[in-house]
Amino acid sequence: MLRIVNKLRSGFAKMTVREAINSAMGQEIERDSNVFLIGEEVGQFQGAYKVSKGLYDRFGKSRIWDTPITEAGFTGLSVGAAMYGLKPIVEFMTFNFAMQAIDHVINSSAKLNYMSAGGLNTSIVFRGINGAAASVAAQHSQCFAAWYSQVPGLIVLSPYDCDDARGLLKAAVRNPNPVVFLENEIMYNESFEVPENVMDKDYLIPIGKAKVMREGKDVTIVTFSKMVKYSMLAAAELEREGISCEVINLRTLKPLDRNTIIQSLQKTHRVVTVEEGWGQCGIGAEICGIINETNAFFHLDAPVVRVTGADIPTPYAFNLEELSFPKTHNIVEAVKLVLK
Amino acid sequence: MIFRISRSCFSSISVKLPSFKVHHLELQQLPKTATTTSSELLAYYKSMQLQRRMEIACDNLYKQRLIRGFLHLADGQESIYEGLHAGLTYDDCVITAYRDHCIALLRGDTPHQIIAEMMAKQTGSTKGKGGSMHYYKKATNFYGGHGIVGAQIPLGTGLAFAQKYLKKPNVTLIMFGDGAANQGQLYEAANMAQLWHLPAIYFIENNLFGMGTSIDRASANTKFYTRGDVIPGIQIDGNNVFQVRETLKFAKKHCLEKGPIFIEAMTYRYHGHSMSDPGVTYRTREEVQQQRKTRDCINYVKNIILENKVADEHQLEEIDNSTQNEIDIAVEQAKVDPVPPSTELTTDVYVDNENHFIRGILYKDSVLPKSQ
Repeated sequence: MLRIVNKLRSGFAKMTVREAINSAMGQEIERDSNVFLIGEEVGQFQGAYKVSKGLYDRFGKSRIWDTPITEAGFTGLSVGAAMYGLKPIVEFMTFNFAMQAIDHVINSSAKLNYMSAGGLNTSIVFRGINGAAASVAAQHSQCFAAWYSQVPGLIVLSPYDCDDARGLLKAAVRNPNPVVFLENEIMYNESFEVPENVMDKDYLIPIGKAKVMREGKDVTIVTFSKMVKYSMLAAAELEREGISCEVINLRTLKPLDRNTIIQSLQKTHRVVTVEEGWGQCGIGAEICGIINETNAFFHLDAPVVRVTGADIPTPYAFNLEELSFPKTHNIVEAVKLVLK
Repeated sequence: MIFRISRSCFSSISVKLPSFKVHHLELQQLPKTATTTSSELLAYYKSMQLQRRMEIACDNLYKQRLIRGFLHLADGQESIYEGLHAGLTYDDCVITAYRDHCIALLRGDTPHQIIAEMMAKQTGSTKGKGGSMHYYKKATNFYGGHGIVGAQIPLGTGLAFAQKYLKKPNVTLIMFGDGAANQGQLYEAANMAQLWHLPAIYFIENNLFGMGTSIDRASANTKFYTRGDVIPGIQIDGNNVFQVRETLKFAKKHCLEKGPIFIEAMTYRYHGHSMSDPGVTYRTREEVQQQRKTRDCINYVKNIILENKVADEHQLEEIDNSTQNEIDIAVEQAKVDPVPPSTELTTDVYVDNENHFIRGILYKDSVLPKSQ
C-alpha cells in the first residue's frame, strides 16, 4: 500500500499530502464495507489529481464509482445512499464544480437531521480541492470555506499537512454528520515526515480542535490549509527579527475552536488571521466577531488584522494571480502592522 | 363494525384494467385484469376515505390559521398512494416531494401525528420541527418529505443504489410531478440508474399542472412516460387503484431483473397547488367539477362495491362517518397538545448535538458543547 512512501528512519515515513489522503481513504474503505468512493474519474483514471490512485485496482468497481459529469445527480444520489445507511465519500473534482450540487449538500443533507427531528441522518463526506491552484483562472479558483462554514448541520474540515489529512479524513468518514472536507491542490505535492502512529489504521484527530503549530508570545496567527505553510514561513522570517509568532492551524472550520484562539490571544494580545478566500464574511471576519463578543476582546492590545484574498475574480496572468492571494510577505507585513 | 356481505370475503372479484400506453415495452407483458376481494375493496375504500378526510381537515385548519406556512393537499390523488401501499412493501423505499401527507399516513404515521405536526405541536411526526413538507419514517423506508422540486429524484436514485449495493430484493419508488419532470437532475439521476441497473421506479404523478402551468406550457414533450429515453415507460390511470397496484408489481419485478422504469400516472388534484392557490386562474371550476363527477378515485371503488353488492350505500356511509370521526378525534387531540418546548430549538442540528456549539441570537444565548 505504501510502496511510494519512503521510510527515512525507524518510526517515520515521508509522504505527500496526496498519499496521506489516499492511504486514509484506502484504510476506511477496507475497514467498513458501507464506505465507498464516488466521483468523476476516481476509478479507472486513478483520480483527476491522482488522489484515488490504486484504489480501483485494489477495491474494484463495487467500491470505487466513476460517474458521468453530473454533479447534481451524483451528489444527490450519494446523499440518498447515505440516508439509507451507506457511507459515501463524494469527490468533487474541485469545489467550484460542487456549486452545481450545493442544494444537495445543504438542503438535502445538512438540514436533514433537524427537519426529521433526528429521524434521518447522512454520514457522508464531500471532499475535493478548494481555493486557488495555479493559473486556472476565475471559475476554478474560489475558496468555499466561508460558504459551507456558515451552515448549521455541516462539519467543515480543512487539512494542512499529512497528519491533518489522515486524521481528519478518517474522523470525517466515521462521523455520523455530513462533512465538507476542503483539500488544496498545491498541498497535494508537499511532503512531510509522518510518525508511525499517524499511519495507524485508527489514527483519528478530534474534530473541533485547532493545533498550535508553533508556539510564540508576540502575535497569534490563525489560519488553515495552504496558508499554514506561508504563516510558518512568515513566523520563521519574523523570528530572525526578534518577533515571536504563535501559529494556529484551525484544522476544523466548523465547529471553530474558539477556545484555542482565545487562550493564545490571552498570551500574545495580538491576532492576525490569514485565509485565501475573499474577505467579506470570511473566516477572518468570523474570528473577529468571535473575539469581539467575548471577554477575549479586552485582552487585545490592537485590532485584529485580517489577511485575505483580494476581492476580485481570480485573474489568469501569473503576475496578477500572485497579487491576488496572500503570500509570506503579506503575512510578515500584517504581523508588523498589528505590532505597531 | 359488522355488516352483511353477499359474497364471502375470500371469493375473488375480477376488475378490468384500463388500457396502458407503453414505451420500450410490450403491451402483452402487462395484465388486462386485476383480482380483488370484498374485504380488500372495503379496505381500499376506507383507507382512501381516511386520506381524503384528513386532507380536507387540513384545509379547514389552514383556513382557521391553525396550520401555517405551506400546505399542499393531495385530495383527488388518493388511489396513487393506496396503490403504492398495495403494490409494494415496507422494505421498498418511497420518496416524494412536499405533497406527502397521504404517504406519511400509509407508511405508518397516525392521523394524529400527521395533523399535530402541521399544527406545530410537540406530538407531531417530527416534533413540530418539520411541518407539512417534511415527514419521514426510516422504519418503514419512507424518506420524505422534500421541499425543493426535483431534489428527491437523485436522492431516491441513491436509495435504489444502496439497495442494490446491499443486495436487497427491493426497489425504490421515486415520486414527482409533471412540473418536476423537466428538472435536469431527473435526467442526471435516471442516466446513472440505467447505466448501473438500479432498482428505481421513476413515478410521475401527472395532475396536468405544475403549480399554475399546464403541461403544454411547460413541457415540449408531454408524454412523460417516454422521457426516460432508452428507459422503458408505462402510462396508466392513476385514479384507478388497481392499475396503480398492478403496474407497481410489474415495475418491481422489472427493476429487480433489469433496471429502472418510468411510470406516468394520470391524475388530478382538486385543490390548487397549495393553499395560497385557489386553483381556478389557470383551469376552470367546471373542469374541476367534471373531474370530481366522472374521475373520482374513491367513487370508482365505491361503484365496484355497489355493483358487486359487497356493501350498500348505508354501510358505506357508516365507513364515511367512522373515518370522519377518526379524523375529528385526531384534530381535537392535536388542538390541545403542547407546542414543542423551547429547548427543542437547538436539538437535532447534529446527530451528536451535545458535542457541538450552537450559536444563539445573541452570543450569550449560545448552547455550548457538553465538554465545555
